[in-house]
Amino acid sequence: MSLRDAAFESMLQRRQLRGMIFEAIAFLAILIGLLTLALLFYDIITSGVERLSWDFLTSFPSRRASRAGILSALAGSVFLVSLMSIFAFPIGIGAAIYLEEYAPRGWLTDLIQVNIANLAGVPSIIYGLLGLGIFARLAEPITGGRTLLAGALTMALLVMPVVIIAAREAIRSVPSEIRLAALGLGATRWQMIRGHVLPYALPGILTGTILAISRALGETAPLITLGALTYVPFVPDGLRSQFTVLPIQIFNWVTRPQEAFHTNAAAAIIVLLAILLSMNALAIYLRYRFEKRLMK
Amino acid sequence: MTSQNIVQFDGPTILKAENVAVYYGDKQVLRDVMLSVPTHKITALIGPSGSGKSTLLRCFNRMNDLIRGARVEGQVTYHDQDLYDPEVDPVEVRRRIGMVFQKPNPFPKSIYENITWGARINGYRGTMDELVERSLRRAALWDEVKDRLHENALSLSGGQQQRLCIARAIAIEPEVILMDEPASALDPIATLKIEELMHELKENYTILIVTHNMQQAARVSDYTAMMMLTEDRNSATVIEFGKTQAIFTHPRDRRTEDYITGRIG
Amino acid sequence: MPRQHFDEELRKLQEHLIRLAGLVESAIGRSIEALKNQDVDLARQVIADDDTIDASQYAIEEEALTLIATQQPLARDLRAISAVISIASELERMGDYAEGIAEITIRGAKEPLLKPLIDVPRMAEMAQRMLHLALDAYMQQDVEAARKLSQADTEVDGLTSQVQDELLSYMLRDPRNVERAMHLIFVAHNLERIADRATNIGERVVFMVTGEIIDLND
Repeated sequence: MSLRDAAFESMLQRRQLRGMIFEAIAFLAILIGLLTLALLFYDIITSGVERLSWDFLTSFPSRRASRAGILSALAGSVFLVSLMSIFAFPIGIGAAIYLEEYAPRGWLTDLIQVNIANLAGVPSIIYGLLGLGIFARLAEPITGGRTLLAGALTMALLVMPVVIIAAREAIRSVPSEIRLAALGLGATRWQMIRGHVLPYALPGILTGTILAISRALGETAPLITLGALTYVPFVPDGLRSQFTVLPIQIFNWVTRPQEAFHTNAAAAIIVLLAILLSMNALAIYLRYRFEKRLMK
Repeated sequence: MTSQNIVQFDGPTILKAENVAVYYGDKQVLRDVMLSVPTHKITALIGPSGSGKSTLLRCFNRMNDLIRGARVEGQVTYHDQDLYDPEVDPVEVRRRIGMVFQKPNPFPKSIYENITWGARINGYRGTMDELVERSLRRAALWDEVKDRLHENALSLSGGQQQRLCIARAIAIEPEVILMDEPASALDPIATLKIEELMHELKENYTILIVTHNMQQAARVSDYTAMMMLTEDRNSATVIEFGKTQAIFTHPRDRRTEDYITGRIG
Repeated sequence: MPRQHFDEELRKLQEHLIRLAGLVESAIGRSIEALKNQDVDLARQVIADDDTIDASQYAIEEEALTLIATQQPLARDLRAISAVISIASELERMGDYAEGIAEITIRGAKEPLLKPLIDVPRMAEMAQRMLHLALDAYMQQDVEAARKLSQADTEVDGLTSQVQDELLSYMLRDPRNVERAMHLIFVAHNLERIADRATNIGERVVFMVTGEIIDLND
């Protein structure tokens, strides 16, 4: 029998053509995305880069654009995110461990799971309102009102679902054979979790937490709702200190009429982007390093 | 409905199942299981897929406890102690009755740590180096890995990984080793090595092995239990038990005969 | 789930065994025929044909080993193949006894027979019937039929001692009879052995069917 068959070949050509068309469309899609991003970067960098300097990083905001800097916003962001991590991660990871390893399967657990997934999708401004109601007003005797502590607690609530979901995914990805191997050796459940599940899930958990931090760094709405200030000429000096963060500072500058403040905003955006990108790079690097240690 | 084809072993037995039934939720998967596992012998569980071999195996170290909705009825004893007594902690059971799984599952840690972890959590007081060497020697792996003890266990070949899992199991000094198709993921040479190893191990341990490979059951085991779905096809049980040599040359139960000659299953 | 390929191979193997049995049966019949008629040519033919029997036994054994090596039979399949190997070897030995009778015929052909043969052909007939019975039992997998061989064997044994006693009395009467009487004693002995081997086949049939080892020879 001959391999070549004219009727079949003409059909085959049409089949191949369809594949190529789809490939072209997919390529176009990614091209549009990348071009837009590149354009955005180009725009920001060209308008902001000249303003970047050590002074810009180490000065407080000012009414004069040329003397204004982002020190208080940068410090506020760092303090806020660090404080948030202290609250969110132990609780989030703990919840994930409980849900994956201990919780009995049943309607209640299912309900909790569905709700956590839903919470991750709730608009951040709602968290701002919640934070305002609970942490800034109700818990004012503790938090001192619209303070760094209240902000960190609010942000902790905001990122908690993301942390829980990421940690659960990571814990769930631990092969059951490893769990069985540990239990088969006479390990208790906690020995199994401590000895094998957590080390194995660590890269995934770390990635999740770093992404949560990135998200928190970029959030503006809940903090504005909570009442973070827009003009803060000092570095926070305690949990009950007032504060601002980078996105709020940027927002503030963008809304000014003067062109020079817009340049400041662009420069601050470059700083924020640099921080975010390096956090993501760190996440990727950590994941790679842990996986390598684990696998070879 | 114990069949006359279940010859009770008359020597010392270490594990015993009496009228064991296992349910997964509402579904009954095992019924009326009678089985005595002879001490320091290799006993093979054979039977078609879905005949509950692994389920029965897991009754003996309470691994079924880990499956949600699993329930074991009847009596499972170890040295005449009820393994399912409410006083008995499954952790204690698994320390005495070790397990080797179908797919080699070393921990993604060093070879050395794979051996020591189980011993450490069980409170082993002795020199770890000695324990590692002794366990690896018993598992016929020492010569192959003695120069790379601190390399990751996942860098070993499949057959070596499985022998490491056996070494890991014997490092906590169990009396019984349950093996769930330990060679089904291995090539024929690695399989033969595991089988050779089993022959050596039975001097010190009692082995209960589930296998799909009848030639393997015939090669390695002293006793064989044949499992099969009952008439109504809802649940399975042991239909014949006896010396391996007798089962493979002249089984008494027609269904065993049909299964091992490849006519059903 | 049938195992068509294996079953087909096993069937072929059994056919070859039956063909071998046919050759052996004919060799026994012709060897007695040659003895009765002092037909040296026929006796030579029987001796020559024994090579075919030997070759056929080897071929069957090789086929059986190939089946074991390639199909890993177990339980009744394994017993069936083991039965083929043993039965083929029993048949081959029977062929040798027939060959022995043919050789005696050639050696004794210079002198007339000691006496007209009556009991020896009867023994031969019984031995042949036993072979038949054994093969029937084999083909039908009939344990009861196989067990009956024990009884027939006892009859043949009785007949053998009767023949031997008679020939002994010939020898005592006249020493010149000794050589010819000895020849016939050997023939009777060979026939008795053939009957024993038929009984062995019966034992194999019982083992093949039930997995039990029994002794039909007492």
